[in-house]
Amino acid sequence: MEALLHQIFAGIANGGIYASVGLALVMIHQATHHINFAQGEMATFSTFIAWWLIQNGWPYWGAFFFTVAISFALGLLIQRTVLKPVEKAPVLTNVIVFVGLLVIFNALAGWIFDHTIKSFPTPFPKGSLIDTQFFSSHEIGSILVMLCVLGALYAFFRFTPLGLAMRAAAQNPESARLVGVRVSWMLGMGWGLAAAIGAVAGMMIAPIVFLDPNMMGGILLYGFAAALLGGIDNPWGAVIGGFIVGILENLLGAYVIGTELKLTVALILIVGTLTLKPDGLFGKAVVTRV
Amino acid sequence: MNENTNNKWVWIGAAVLLVALCVLPFLVKNFRVFQFNMVMIYAIAVLGLNILTGFNGQISLGHGAFYAIGAYVAAILMDKAGVPYWATLPFSAVICFVVGYLMGFPALRLGGHYLALATFALALAIPQMLKYKGIEEWTGGVQGIVLNKPEAPFELSVLGQPLSADRWLYFYILLVTAIMFLIAWRLLRGRVGRALVAIRDHPIAASAMGVNLPVYKSLTFGVSAAFTGVAGALSATAVAFVSPDSFTSFLSITFLVGVVVGGLASIPGAIAGAIFIQFVPNIADEISKSAPWAIYGIFLILLMYLMPTGVAGLISKIYSRLRGGPAAASAGRSVASAVSQPVGGSQS
Repeated sequence: MEALLHQIFAGIANGGIYASVGLALVMIHQATHHINFAQGEMATFSTFIAWWLIQNGWPYWGAFFFTVAISFALGLLIQRTVLKPVEKAPVLTNVIVFVGLLVIFNALAGWIFDHTIKSFPTPFPKGSLIDTQFFSSHEIGSILVMLCVLGALYAFFRFTPLGLAMRAAAQNPESARLVGVRVSWMLGMGWGLAAAIGAVAGMMIAPIVFLDPNMMGGILLYGFAAALLGGIDNPWGAVIGGFIVGILENLLGAYVIGTELKLTVALILIVGTLTLKPDGLFGKAVVTRV
Repeated sequence: MNENTNNKWVWIGAAVLLVALCVLPFLVKNFRVFQFNMVMIYAIAVLGLNILTGFNGQISLGHGAFYAIGAYVAAILMDKAGVPYWATLPFSAVICFVVGYLMGFPALRLGGHYLALATFALALAIPQMLKYKGIEEWTGGVQGIVLNKPEAPFELSVLGQPLSADRWLYFYILLVTAIMFLIAWRLLRGRVGRALVAIRDHPIAASAMGVNLPVYKSLTFGVSAAFTGVAGALSATAVAFVSPDSFTSFLSITFLVGVVVGGLASIPGAIAGAIFIQFVPNIADEISKSAPWAIYGIFLILLMYLMPTGVAGLISKIYSRLRGGPAAASAGRSVASAVSQPVGGSQS
């Protein structure tokens, strides 16, 4: 029984990470109806920046917030320079550009910071106050951080004019433009926010899985599964989906299929959700007019 | 009259090309011959992906998985069942066709990004599946399977060079490549090819014209997977080694790079794309271990902006410039529509 509880709690902790990656994907999807394949690689790159800062003597939280800010700027910059020209291009072009970004970030991370596996510090050391029987302090800490991110995002979208403008731009670009929202810049903001959330997720997962250029490959897949399971157009769905995927992954890994086939679980979840319930658990059914 | 002389030149050109292709392996070192073999193998794989993505507009980021399945089927047949190397191709083709067809079913419900995503998941998951303990007895687990390169069945010496295993394989692969390209050409230059392009450019109009969308789309997925599976089977023979880590998700991206560089919806473009993905990493490797991928990425993005029709489009553009005729220029245009027209946008 205790072992089962352990698995479930570890699943919740991982689920928090998947939820945040899923959330970042939902953010971009809501604004642009695209799925960003480079999300994981961008997050890894941000984590490398944080690692480099900490190596050079920055305090953890200083490096943390600086990295988030840098990632936001980087995301915004990428949208403005690389993606703006293909904003209205067909899906294939977009997917290819995303894949291009994916390999560029992966290669750059390997090129600049080299391919050796690095350990990443955690701000929540063992044996601190929040250490409990079932959770390690890092697990609790990362869940708290993710909840803070979620809360901040909710407040941003709900209570600030900028958040309102972003929602408007995503929902009805034409009308939003008519009332003076700069739609294209709002898309850039969306990219910036997604990159920032990705950076937080990267820094939270790195102490667990260790840092190397391919760190986010599997996590990105779980993030996709989370976002799809919850419904790709629903931020709360992505969060709940993340926790479901996290728990499911850990339970299946521990009791049913073993740890080697974990990625296959994600594959089955993705294909299964897309075929059986394409709108996800909490998504709205999309009706297109032909 | 003009038609006749044109035809004559085409025949002479083809004969010269054939002789050149036959002499080529004897002019260079064994290692280069091996690289040429890989170019032809990649060309088949890229062609397979191009049938699906370029002609039919279904985006796959998971063709490395079919390549891996083809390679493993061939390797297991040769290693465990003692099947001769040339007899493995139909098995790989059929199994990959079935797997591709099954993957094509969920693909029917997924458009654009979601299909790319589902196939990307397949590409990421396949190395793990191949390492799975339950099938280790067959797949050799993490170590993979080591095979023997087939020797030439007879002795021969041209220009003082013996017919080594790699040179023998060169002719074998050349023959298979020619057959696969011929099949693709026959398939795509007729009724079926037009139906595929119609589905890509305007699915609703295509179904209104009587094209059976589900059948065509899932069959295309199967055929495309079969092509890539044949390439995988050839690679198992040519490399004489398969292991899960040679089939990472980056292999699938490599094929996509080949398709984009060669030119979407272009059959000869597959060869240009294959040459690119075989030789450019070698050159870039000298700068840094990570450089090939950085260059791939930059090429992918720049090509999308500057040359969305790839090498094939560029060549046909230059050709039509030289001819100066407006009629010739239209040849590249149908290809260009694959990438420059919004999906679902009507075309006059």
